[in-house]
Amino acid sequence: MSAVDHAEAHHHDGPEPGLLRWVFTTNHKDIGTLYLLFSLLMFFVGGAMALIIRAELFQPGMQLVDPYFFNEMTTLHGLVMIFGAIMPGFVGLANWQVPMMLGAPDMALPRLNNWSFWLLPFAFTLLLSTLFMPGGGPAGGWTMYPPLMLETGQAFPFVIFAVHLMGMSSILGAINIIATIFNMRAPGLTLMMMPMFVWTWLITAFLLIAAMPVLAGAVTMLLTDQYFGTHFFNAAGGGDPVMYQHIFWFFGHPEVYIMILPAFGIISQIIPTFARKPLFGYASMVYATASIAFLSFIVWAHHMFTVGMPLAGELFFMYATMLIAVPTGVKVFNWVATMWQGAMTFETPMLFALAFVILFSIGGFSGLMLAIASVDFQYQDGYFVVAHFHYVLVTGAAFAIIAAAYYWLPKWTGNMYDEQLGKLHFWLSLVSVNVLYFPQHFVGLAGMPRRIPDYAVQFTEWNMVSTVGAFVFGFSQLIFAWIVIKAIRGGVKAEGRSWEGAHGMEWELPSPAPYHSFQTPPDISKVMASGDAHS
Amino acid sequence: MAATHGGYYLPHGSHWPITGSIALFTLAVGTASYFQGAGWGPWLMLIGFAILIFMMFGWLGTVIGESVAGSYNEQVDRSFRWGMSWFIFSEVMFFGAFFGALYYARIFSVPWLGGADVETSQLLWDGLSLNWPTAGPGYADFEFEYMPAWPIPTINTILLLSSGVTITIAHHALKAADRTKLVQYMWATVALGATFLMFQAYEFYEAWHHMNLTLHTGVYGSTFFMLTGFHGFHVTIGTIMLIVITLRCMKGHFTPENHFGFEGVAWYWHFVDVVWLGLYIFVYVLV
Repeated sequence: MSAVDHAEAHHHDGPEPGLLRWVFTTNHKDIGTLYLLFSLLMFFVGGAMALIIRAELFQPGMQLVDPYFFNEMTTLHGLVMIFGAIMPGFVGLANWQVPMMLGAPDMALPRLNNWSFWLLPFAFTLLLSTLFMPGGGPAGGWTMYPPLMLETGQAFPFVIFAVHLMGMSSILGAINIIATIFNMRAPGLTLMMMPMFVWTWLITAFLLIAAMPVLAGAVTMLLTDQYFGTHFFNAAGGGDPVMYQHIFWFFGHPEVYIMILPAFGIISQIIPTFARKPLFGYASMVYATASIAFLSFIVWAHHMFTVGMPLAGELFFMYATMLIAVPTGVKVFNWVATMWQGAMTFETPMLFALAFVILFSIGGFSGLMLAIASVDFQYQDGYFVVAHFHYVLVTGAAFAIIAAAYYWLPKWTGNMYDEQLGKLHFWLSLVSVNVLYFPQHFVGLAGMPRRIPDYAVQFTEWNMVSTVGAFVFGFSQLIFAWIVIKAIRGGVKAEGRSWEGAHGMEWELPSPAPYHSFQTPPDISKVMASGDAHS
Repeated sequence: MAATHGGYYLPHGSHWPITGSIALFTLAVGTASYFQGAGWGPWLMLIGFAILIFMMFGWLGTVIGESVAGSYNEQVDRSFRWGMSWFIFSEVMFFGAFFGALYYARIFSVPWLGGADVETSQLLWDGLSLNWPTAGPGYADFEFEYMPAWPIPTINTILLLSSGVTITIAHHALKAADRTKLVQYMWATVALGATFLMFQAYEFYEAWHHMNLTLHTGVYGSTFFMLTGFHGFHVTIGTIMLIVITLRCMKGHFTPENHFGFEGVAWYWHFVDVVWLGLYIFVYVLV
């Protein structure tokens, strides 16, 4: 029934034959692969939606799609990219890396791990099927504000239940990651010896468990307002539509950090490897991550400066938001200090990591501008906001996931990826992503509103530039997909320690890593002697 | 069996998770279609629910079988403990959303609508004064009674607190290997939970049919029924879990040293208890 003792476990150290293996698997590497492939698929689905948006915005006036479909695209692009691409991408990386980095054989709760993944395809089937329903899909924005969201047609309850399933998947995944980190570490591996990627995921998992149920509550209230006559968000009954926004953003702001903390962890793994120096300020990185996580729960109303709030609230949320710049600054300075006087080389993962440090900081600075309540009245719901969060999420979160894929592909597949194609992918992405998003700062500051398919003619040039950047960026990602396929199919064999400067337990294993990473706990002292375990 | 150094517990592939996903998908499609007026919706809901029950029997049955066969080591036991604790924490946060709605309505939205915010009250409902509990400014002449803390909610508080005591006595009996006492106090806990549910059902019936207090009774009715309703649902789940665990106690599945299944249910029951105390104070006493 179950492989318990050591001897028996050795009988089952390979994958089961047949395709159904992927459906029934309890192996962290299989599930990690499923998550990552799902994330890649959703990245292209959400990306296609983004290209429809950008194509419509190439010129003022209406040309390609009708306004309702445009609104469906903005809404679903947000939901698909957040819940389908970024979050599963990070969970996939956690699945692959956390057990290996901890010297464990697998995740703590392997069957639950399977369920966390296999809820997602069903959730997204529900969500994307709404496009074909009478009345169309959701079109009120990914934040699903009432009363607009309540105007959705047949799709409404399907969207709500899709969000419930996504939330459930995230919560179960997070529980598993916490249990793994607390309980599956190799003997002698203390918390303050863990790699930063594991640390950031531990804190992210806490954020997920604290935030996702609140989203479930918020959309449940939408559902009952629609079908059971409750008045949570209806002023006639003593409720308030703004109440939804408070509850939603109590989830929504931690969610923002859920999508960036694991990225911080990835960058903290990659930069020391290619700078060939241990991470500068390890302990301060841990404390900074925890501080950001704490602050993320007391800044939510900065998403709502213009909806109406007492002055004391505006001030509190403004100052609390600005405070986040401190621990984030600690991180950026630590990455820079890690590189200082390092023997640096610039392979593709390092290039993406460097781009992350610079471009994420740009997104952080525009975030500081948005944090100032009085001037937010000018920026709000404009393209400046769009530029801000795409710098944070595309050149931040997505670049980190791509960097991580390049960094660990040799470990996963046993083959080195094509470095030249990787560099081509990087430079095309780096240039096009800035062509795509940087002009949005200008049109945003000049007053172009977001989520509108038409705009005033004076914004035309920069929108054309932005659209050209979008198409180049979008199609450049096909190179990435090809590089991944190519590395899976073959290539130069990777060594166990695939990168010269790489330290940590995953590099003690051969490449590709064995099906069950560590069947017996590794001797942590040896790993520590070979280099810093957490560098 | 050496727990940490000897080897790890690794389960084989399992078809129960995908069964669970199919169940929830069917349930979601059924419910959503029903909400949109499809006559076949409830049937699909029923099928989804049946698959879900089947999955829970199968999955938990597998785990119980493995546990009784002695397949689990201390490490697996700790993983279950972490898993259950954080699951309960996620449930706390779910209730947090509804408590948040209650506080927001009471501290902000109702006072603002009732005159504290001059613009809102003058432009929308001039001169109207609102006091909690309220059905809202749009239903100012809507007559209803609010649910007082006495008698039923207070009796229910006593019932739930007592059930917390009985399950603790049962736990001590389990640790002392006194199965007769264990089973007696477990059934007592189940009885207290069931009695709570009967009182709660009676309260809902009274509210709905005699006090004009329904889900439609503005934000007071919304918060009242959603908070107490979700809590009642959790008590129902908890009571079912208590019954299952009591039957397992009678079968002798638990030893004084090894009984996480029991403890997990006990934790859940205490969580339900603590949420109730929050409800009792903020929904009933401070109405």
